[in-house]
Amino acid sequence: MLYGLKIATRYLTASKAQTALLVLGVAVGVFIFIFMSALIGGLAEFILSRTVGDISHITIQAEDPDPAVLIDDDGHVLAAIERGRARTATLPDAATYLPLIKSVPGVVAVSPQIGGAGFLARGAQVAQVSVTGLEPGRESAILNLRGYIVEGSERLGSGIVVLGETLADDLSLRLGQTLRLQSSTGASAVLTVGGIYDTGNGMIDGSSVYVSLPTARTLFALPQGVTRIEIKLSDLNAADTTALRIAALTGLDAVPWTDGAEQLMEALDAQAQTGYFLKTFALITIVIGVASALLLSTYRRRPEIGIMRAMGAGRGFVIFVFVTQGALVGLLGGLSGAALGYLALLPFPSRDAFEAGTLPMDITQGSYGLAITLTVIGAILASILPARSAARVDPVTAIGQ
Amino acid sequence: MTALLEVSDLFKTFGSGEAETRVLRGLSLTLAVGEMAALLGPSGSGKSTLLTILGTLMKPTSGCYTMLGQDLVTADDRALTEFRNRHIGFVFQFHNLLPDFTALENVVFPTAVREGRETEQARERGRELLVRMGLEARVDFPSANLSGGQKQRVAVARALMNRPELVLADEPTGNLDRDSAMQVMDLIAEINRDEGTTFLISTHDEKIASLCARQIVVGDGLVTG
Ligand SMILES: Nc1ncnc2c1ncn2[C@@H]1O[C@H](COP(=O)(O)OP(=O)(O)O)[C@@H](O)[C@H]1O
Ligand SMILES: [Mg+2]
Repeated sequence: MLYGLKIATRYLTASKAQTALLVLGVAVGVFIFIFMSALIGGLAEFILSRTVGDISHITIQAEDPDPAVLIDDDGHVLAAIERGRARTATLPDAATYLPLIKSVPGVVAVSPQIGGAGFLARGAQVAQVSVTGLEPGRESAILNLRGYIVEGSERLGSGIVVLGETLADDLSLRLGQTLRLQSSTGASAVLTVGGIYDTGNGMIDGSSVYVSLPTARTLFALPQGVTRIEIKLSDLNAADTTALRIAALTGLDAVPWTDGAEQLMEALDAQAQTGYFLKTFALITIVIGVASALLLSTYRRRPEIGIMRAMGAGRGFVIFVFVTQGALVGLLGGLSGAALGYLALLPFPSRDAFEAGTLPMDITQGSYGLAITLTVIGAILASILPARSAARVDPVTAIGQ
Repeated sequence: MTALLEVSDLFKTFGSGEAETRVLRGLSLTLAVGEMAALLGPSGSGKSTLLTILGTLMKPTSGCYTMLGQDLVTADDRALTEFRNRHIGFVFQFHNLLPDFTALENVVFPTAVREGRETEQARERGRELLVRMGLEARVDFPSANLSGGQKQRVAVARALMNRPELVLADEPTGNLDRDSAMQVMDLIAEINRDEGTTFLISTHDEKIASLCARQIVVGDGLVTG
């Protein structure tokens, strides 16, 4: 239908100002669509990186064995397993699982840890702390300790403790000073402050301390095994499926970060819904704009449509001419809106460099192709009504002899 | 004499009840191949109505219409569109041309719309027709910028584009001054003589009608002379 395309383009170029305005209107709609996509996508990215970027994406936590009793037929207790009190629950076979977990696609880091409660004593001052033992040399596998260090180094070795700035201030501790750390099991060690960090998270800065895994073994009397395995993924949205996979592979209870993050997920979801809502409105605006402009055009061109029908143009040809006009307007508006959107997003910092106080626009999440495709489809749908009314024009009354 | 078309007992009624207008009341008419006929009658006598029915743009309320052996009363829209394109040319009084297209583009429309594109062959024929209409200097002129007489000559060229057997012209000169009107009529007469195309031209101008070999007068919804 090359000829129909020729007629359609001629109709569009015949009234240039009108067509330009229509295309501009469509472009603005597309621009809003793209801007919203980049904003909602960037915002989600920003919030996620701020809230879960630094935490374990999948955690395997040792569980206390449930208390159980074995009772014989006469009702005598033969054996009982009590819930451990002094002893911490452990993952005794962690060493065999680690390579297995590392081989799961999407896993970028695996960190075996020993965690427990303890008391930090510096002279007469005592603070209750949560102690975490990390593999020396891989301190920043999950929490980016290195990035938060303000004094000293994150490196853990025997006799070294790394702690937060708030805690250090509370106990008037400085780099290189010694302190005594006593674990809940009663064991204690004298440690030197090797590094002080500031993560901005009150809990971590005020009541957490990090020691090396061997130090933690001594403190918590765990010659083997760990109490927790933390896993980091390349895509944090894959946590749910990867956790299931790890659980199936190891039989361990792998918990994705999304468990217990329902509120965050709901908030992100609500945000995405808002985005869909606004994008839908942008599309509806485009559809209404194109439909009304084309309806006006079919009305204005009634005599010509009558002439064409009298000359042997079929209804299908007339429909084609007007639907093509809609499609062309959609394509032009879509392309220029997408270009406009891209240019407008260029000045915003990239997703890796979001700064607080600026809109976290993500230029890579503009959904340009989707915006153009939906706009063309919308414009075609919008032109069907005017095109059908054009095809129904009665040549006799239109020519008005 | 071979009949090109035949209508018999044609009725056309507009509206109903109080507003009922019975325009054609049992009209019968035969046109022979190669005829040049004028359709005369006062304003409101039903000339345009008859031409529109003959042009298959409107169906009669009742009656028979055959042309080239085809029954054009029962045919559907698709068949009639095709039939019009191949066998009938139109020249109207107003709104004749597509204003956003050049004279040549207007002339080749009937062929292009059938073939799906403008072929060089069609353009060549269109150019020849425009030259024949004395419009060689206006071939690529935007049709909106042509004078009234020039527009009607472009319309005649377009009506002839697909070499139709019948050209229906509804007051083609009604809008023109005497000189332009005569020029258009001379060209129509020339085509009729040279190519044997049948013309039916409605007019209420006796002078124009006298240029045609046959005069058909309508009144009271019938052919009266
Ligand atoms: N679509 C229509 N609806 C109602 N009345 C019509 C319509 N078309 C024509 N008429 C009436 O039919 C009569 C004949 O009109 P027309 O065929 O245009 O006459 P002419 O061309 O000879 O002047 C007029 O009275 C006119 O008002
Ligand atoms: Mg009339």
